[in-house]
Amino acid sequence: MGKTYQKPESLSDQHTHYCPGCTHGVIHRLIAEVIDELGFRGRCVGIAPVGCAVLAYNYFTFDFQEAAHGRAPAMATGIKRVRPDLIVFTYQGDGDLASIGMGEIIHAANRGEKFTSIFVNNAVYGMTGGQMAPTTMPGQHTTTSPFGRNVEDVGMPIKMAELLAALQTPAFITRQTVIKPKYIIKAKKAIKRAFTYQLENQCFSFVELVSTCPTNWGMTPAEAVEWTENTLLGYYQLGEYKTPESISGGEDAK
Amino acid sequence: MGKKVLMKGNEAIGEAAIRAGCLNYFAYPITPQSEVAEYLSHRLPEVGGVFLQAESEVAVSYMIFGAAGAGARVFTTSSSPGISLMSEGLSYLAGAQLPAVFVNIMRGGPGLGGILPSQADYFQATKGGGHGDYHLLVMAPASVQEAAEMVMRAFPLAEKYRNPVIILGDGLIGQMMEPVEFPDYLKTEPTKKDEWATNGMQFRNSNKPNLVKSLFLDPNQLNENNLILKAKYERMKTEDTLFEPYNIDSPYQVLIVSYGTMSRVCKTAIDHLKENKFEVGMIRPQTLFPFPEVAVFKAASKETCKAVISIELSMGQMVEDVQRCVQGLRPVHWYGECGGNVPTPEKVMEVVKSLV
Amino acid sequence: MQSEVMFAGFGGQGILMCGKVLAHAALEEGHEVVWIPSYGPEMRGGTAYCLVMISDKPIGSPVVRNPSHLVAMNRPSLEKFASVVKSAGIVLINSSLISIDAGRTDVDVIKVPVTSIAKELGSVRAANIVALGAFVARSKIVGFDTLRHCVHEEFVNKNNFLSLNLNALEEGKKAVEMPAEK
Repeated sequence: MGKTYQKPESLSDQHTHYCPGCTHGVIHRLIAEVIDELGFRGRCVGIAPVGCAVLAYNYFTFDFQEAAHGRAPAMATGIKRVRPDLIVFTYQGDGDLASIGMGEIIHAANRGEKFTSIFVNNAVYGMTGGQMAPTTMPGQHTTTSPFGRNVEDVGMPIKMAELLAALQTPAFITRQTVIKPKYIIKAKKAIKRAFTYQLENQCFSFVELVSTCPTNWGMTPAEAVEWTENTLLGYYQLGEYKTPESISGGEDAK
Repeated sequence: MGKKVLMKGNEAIGEAAIRAGCLNYFAYPITPQSEVAEYLSHRLPEVGGVFLQAESEVAVSYMIFGAAGAGARVFTTSSSPGISLMSEGLSYLAGAQLPAVFVNIMRGGPGLGGILPSQADYFQATKGGGHGDYHLLVMAPASVQEAAEMVMRAFPLAEKYRNPVIILGDGLIGQMMEPVEFPDYLKTEPTKKDEWATNGMQFRNSNKPNLVKSLFLDPNQLNENNLILKAKYERMKTEDTLFEPYNIDSPYQVLIVSYGTMSRVCKTAIDHLKENKFEVGMIRPQTLFPFPEVAVFKAASKETCKAVISIELSMGQMVEDVQRCVQGLRPVHWYGECGGNVPTPEKVMEVVKSLV
Repeated sequence: MQSEVMFAGFGGQGILMCGKVLAHAALEEGHEVVWIPSYGPEMRGGTAYCLVMISDKPIGSPVVRNPSHLVAMNRPSLEKFASVVKSAGIVLINSSLISIDAGRTDVDVIKVPVTSIAKELGSVRAANIVALGAFVARSKIVGFDTLRHCVHEEFVNKNNFLSLNLNALEEGKKAVEMPAEK
């Protein structure tokens, strides 16, 4: 018998640059495991965002393109349109996808582009140093909302999964989290489903992953997990917002 | 070469791209180039190509990036305000060394400006537009025929340098109809793309991932990348500078430097002046970057030449390059209009005669 | 030898197409040719014009201060362009819609009620081709047979309009071959 738990082939040997308690590493691993299990590493193209995961390509062992801030869905569209045989995913944070790249994600989703978006929502701009994001919680202190997010001034946080699920075309929209093993198992299933739909040539699939940023939240990793569970998950509710089955069944997804 | 057909510049540009083997087109509508998209929206499906109307010019430039990064021949067309929005993408394409072809059918600016012919995007095209140390290879056609030929040359040039090429036409080049005889279909394929394109490892029988990027956090690596780009721009200067001399063997008193539609007006003016025994020569840059520096310097150096003038549909942009090339040897003047009216040959004659 | 013909009228009168058919005919006869439209928001209702340049040498400037001829389909066009036509050129006036004169004595003014003629043929939409027939019959800028061929090419895939426009071309020709209207 060989090892029962080993590093996925799709993951490189490099140590990541992520902070202690950050969930990017977990998410990278889940993606790599799914790619191995579905066996499409040889025809996979990832798109790295601008944000903490800008160097994600260092940690994977397949083709990658690096996007300008927010433009990953347009790049994925370009790749997938000219090379439908490639399996393409964007890996984007909340500043990237829900702020500067809002136009690109909405239109790619609405066209039903046949790629997958992994959306890492940690309610803050990470790489630039903890500024307020469109997903920052009401009252949450950040370096650009030092008195807490004032919703009178900048509105309520954007719920991307719900927003995209309002479009008719996308196939699969879900929100999961990776803060504890019980959630991680479900998150992996969701990622696998999203890629499976792409392999079946179904249209756009989207997995939002509620994540932590202890460094910019000013918390320990354990506190960050607790805050995520108690605060973020109350607002960003986990679940499937749209599935191909719900579309063909004509029922509204919960 | 086939039969001459009467075609709008915009349509000829679309057809020429197909004949260059480019079957991938992403675009956003804007006057005065929308006919390219209209033409390709029915023509590309006929030949099994990809046509997509994007949500914005910003998105277009990254669809181009993605497709080019995956190793496909790809192009887009737009007009001035749209090119401003694409300029971010152009910088990334240049930084990541991706080949792609852009066409700018220029209209007047700044801002919304107007929709009539203009050459006011000279600086934007030749000096940057986007951020960072980069250049586009800039080609400037003066007729529908030349627009078609340049589009077909642009793809191999973009691939030779792994750098975006832009065709800089004005509104008239896009809108007017002229007879056009298309060159034969290009036989060449992009070469060596397996070395860099994200076209899927299994398709190139490799276990080494390719990475398309423009981020170099290490200052030495970034400097190195910029030196690679600089070397390409220097190579463009020696290998791919194009220009057309006109009446340059005559004992001309004035040298005109002019390009695109404006240069045709100048040609007619030169012909009329010649009938009146007033000799004027012209250098018409066909590439604006690389600029025909040596040709302009040599032509200005001619003993009979008393003055040089840059005639352009902009408020004195190319004149800066002309001054640079003439190196103070002769007085360098400028004449132009930038509201959308193209000066008549009579006006050019008057301006040129006033110089000596 | 180079001639320039300006076609002008309301947007929607088929001005651009009219010029295109003439340009096509000139190309068929081996001439150099340039067709330049006005473009932009005047697709319907505004003033549209186009310039067709025909030459036996490569054409330089695509802009001209003084075109050789003018085909004016409405009054604003005549008012705008009549004064710039070269001496000895033709000014064709759509007398169905234009009640004024060209105000020139040094040009060949022909008045043809092209809109009325087209209406009698079945559709005002053919007025542009009536005017084209009349202009070419008078100017002989291209051979009439070539022109007929090009009108045929233009409308061959628009079956309902083919015979209408071929008739329009002939009626335009007849109109200038008969004694000119007062």
